[in-house]
Amino acid sequence: MTALTQSTAPRSERRYQFSWADAGPFLALGALLVLGFLINQDFLSATNLSNVITRSAYVAIIAVGATFVISSGGLDLSVGSMVAFIAGITIMFMNVMAPTLGLWAIPAGMAIAVLAGLLCGLANGLIVTVGKIEPFIATLGTMGIFRALITYLTNGGTIPIDKSLREAYRPVYFGTLGGVPIPILISAVVAVLGAFVLYKTKYGRKCAAVGANEDVARYSGISVIKTRTIAYVIQGACVAIAAICYVPRLGAATVTTGQLWELQVITAVVIGGTALRGGKGRIWGTIAGAVILELIANLMVLSDFVSEYLVAAVQGVIIIIAMLVQRFSK
Amino acid sequence: MSIVARIDRERGVAPATPVLRAEGVSKRYGTVTVLSDVTLDILPGEIHAIIGENGAGKSTFMRLLSGYIEPTEGTLAMAGHQVRFARPDQAQAAGIALVHQEILLADALTVTDNLFLGRELTKGGIVDDARMRLVAAAKLAELGCEVPATSLIRDISLADRQMVQIARALLDEHRVVIFDEPTAVLTGGEVERLLAIIFELKARGIAVLYISHRLDEVQRLADKVTVLRDGKMVGTHPGHTLSQIDMARLMVGRELNALYPQKQATRTSEPMLSVLNAVVPGFVQDVSFTVHKGEILGFAGMIGAGRTELFEGILGLRPGMATIELNGVPMRVHSQREAMDAGIGYLTEDRKGKGLLLQERLGPNLTLSALASFHPGLVLKRAREADALTRAVSSFDIRLKSLAAKAGQLSGGNQQKLLLAKVLLTAPSVVIIDEPTRGIDIANKAQIYGFIQDLVKQGKACIVISSEMQELVGICDRIIVMREGRISGEVSGETMTESNIALLATSERAQLAEGGTK
Repeated sequence: MTALTQSTAPRSERRYQFSWADAGPFLALGALLVLGFLINQDFLSATNLSNVITRSAYVAIIAVGATFVISSGGLDLSVGSMVAFIAGITIMFMNVMAPTLGLWAIPAGMAIAVLAGLLCGLANGLIVTVGKIEPFIATLGTMGIFRALITYLTNGGTIPIDKSLREAYRPVYFGTLGGVPIPILISAVVAVLGAFVLYKTKYGRKCAAVGANEDVARYSGISVIKTRTIAYVIQGACVAIAAICYVPRLGAATVTTGQLWELQVITAVVIGGTALRGGKGRIWGTIAGAVILELIANLMVLSDFVSEYLVAAVQGVIIIIAMLVQRFSK
Repeated sequence: MSIVARIDRERGVAPATPVLRAEGVSKRYGTVTVLSDVTLDILPGEIHAIIGENGAGKSTFMRLLSGYIEPTEGTLAMAGHQVRFARPDQAQAAGIALVHQEILLADALTVTDNLFLGRELTKGGIVDDARMRLVAAAKLAELGCEVPATSLIRDISLADRQMVQIARALLDEHRVVIFDEPTAVLTGGEVERLLAIIFELKARGIAVLYISHRLDEVQRLADKVTVLRDGKMVGTHPGHTLSQIDMARLMVGRELNALYPQKQATRTSEPMLSVLNAVVPGFVQDVSFTVHKGEILGFAGMIGAGRTELFEGILGLRPGMATIELNGVPMRVHSQREAMDAGIGYLTEDRKGKGLLLQERLGPNLTLSALASFHPGLVLKRAREADALTRAVSSFDIRLKSLAAKAGQLSGGNQQKLLLAKVLLTAPSVVIIDEPTRGIDIANKAQIYGFIQDLVKQGKACIVISSEMQELVGICDRIIVMREGRISGEVSGETMTESNIALLATSERAQLAEGGTK
């Protein structure tokens, strides 16, 4: 073996290489802003943009978790129903605790939301990994379960939050800190944390390795079961955070809460550049994807070109186009 | 029948008319020339071998002859008439069959279904299963392949799949049959069977093009040998005039040192890893062995003898049971992680499918098994990773265009070196290497043998599993031979010959000869 040559300077591995695929979502976001401005001058106003981004916060937060699940080679269809279910039990617990704990019922309820999210994620993860069930089928099942549970809990209607808590809880959605709406701050924190874990930690590497090739990961001494299950648990935590932000917006959980959010979440992840077959996660692309979706919905409302009832159809078209782009850009 | 008759007639009239002629063919992709100005005549009843290192343009040439790609320049002619193939089926219709290197069969279908895929026999518009089964069984019997025509492809061994693939190519009478690395997944007896088939094709006046890394096969088979290097033709030589070392020299284009390093007396009597009564359900029954410090221990056997399964079972990669003693300490290993932590490193035989993340850069690939040492705290130390990569690239002579390359862009030999570097990052005291040089060109092979020897010089123990007996004899101190999931014998010193290994690998009670063909 040749002696170890310590002196060779490493050619930079981190030299910035421009990649259209990675820049795509941000370019699309920029193009959309210009287009919006041309259609309606009010579009770029601070108020409108701040509203749009605030509304995109839930999907963005959940989509950060979905980026982990998808880049580890999984999929989670249950997120929309899970939001509704967690919002429902959070409100129920807060209402029950309100008479004894007063306003402390709010943080206590939030803790329960996070716990519930972790457990729901764990359940999804274990069914997929230990039960060895296709993620699509496993989470299709839990999607039905969570939706039925919220329907049962609300008795087919709504669970409103106790009046005594409403005012105190409102700022979590409607408040600002230093002029920035709180949901935007929360999603920024979630995204920074997500990016840190995915790009800078051991777990992030394992997650991408498991998604890229399960066998290689296994032969490299990585526990596929553990890695994938943790991805679902992260997803559950993100859903819980989204539910915590969602409750004060309407002050209630209903049967239709979170309906079709799985479509928006997966669309945001895919147009953000994360490979649906796993192995490559793009947290900031996902955030851009979530904002793009909300911007398009907003443009549809502002422009009158297309009925706003067709928002989900447009999102469906976008995810299909994004997949076609991924396929043919190979 | 009719084609053969025609060929015979043509041979009678003009014996020198090449059945297939490539004249000045080149293939360029953009500015990259992968094949330039190759001229080749293939005569009926001739076995013509094409050899060259990985990337020399062999596969491109084959794909060109069989219609998968069209030449940028140059022409093809069959029996004196110019031809153009825009699609593989046109080449097939003209009588050129290609046996692919990779197994391209539908797993969930039967042997018969696969043989006739796309050209099913019909009776009155309805698929005639009964007749297809009969034809398939006859064809398989002709090839000496014993799998039932009704088995599913996924239930038969890799070697049998290769035979099915060959049967598929030979189902119709062809004038030219091209074999691309047909023996890569075959062992001993199966190789012999295939060589016999090829001689039979030759006897029937069919032209055979044979591509292989195994120079001993080339030497036995070839009437002519054409050497390609860097996409250019080095020359065509009569087969019998070239020794294996001549061929290797022509391929590499420079003087080649001995393929195998001089054996060194690094072996000690100090046991490093002992395995007792290993059982892997369905594959291995009751195998025990010991490897010593500084020793290279070989594992030989046919495909299906359970060698890979034995080690995957021991290392927790598949269900199995074994009592292990590492450096005198008894232990149980339940997962690859535990094996690594204990100091046993394993290089899989399937480096593309199980060894490396082909879409990932080299750094993350290198450190994947040893992540803990690159994340001392919470955060990945990228500088440390870049450092490790630079070191690995220079110590293992990994050739690459840029450190930002992806693992899939490396050649097979360089991938193998990267995989070795990856496993060695876990600081193993025992290194198990499964098929260390499969699909690797000769220059890289010699280097890898050198690295293996370096490992035992450093006081590690090394286990090499290989289907190439020559390679085992060349580098090992001792070779254990497995047959049908059991150890059938052991050779070392004077008894360590290819013929003894072949004997132990194939027959129940082998009488070993001393000395022999060393």
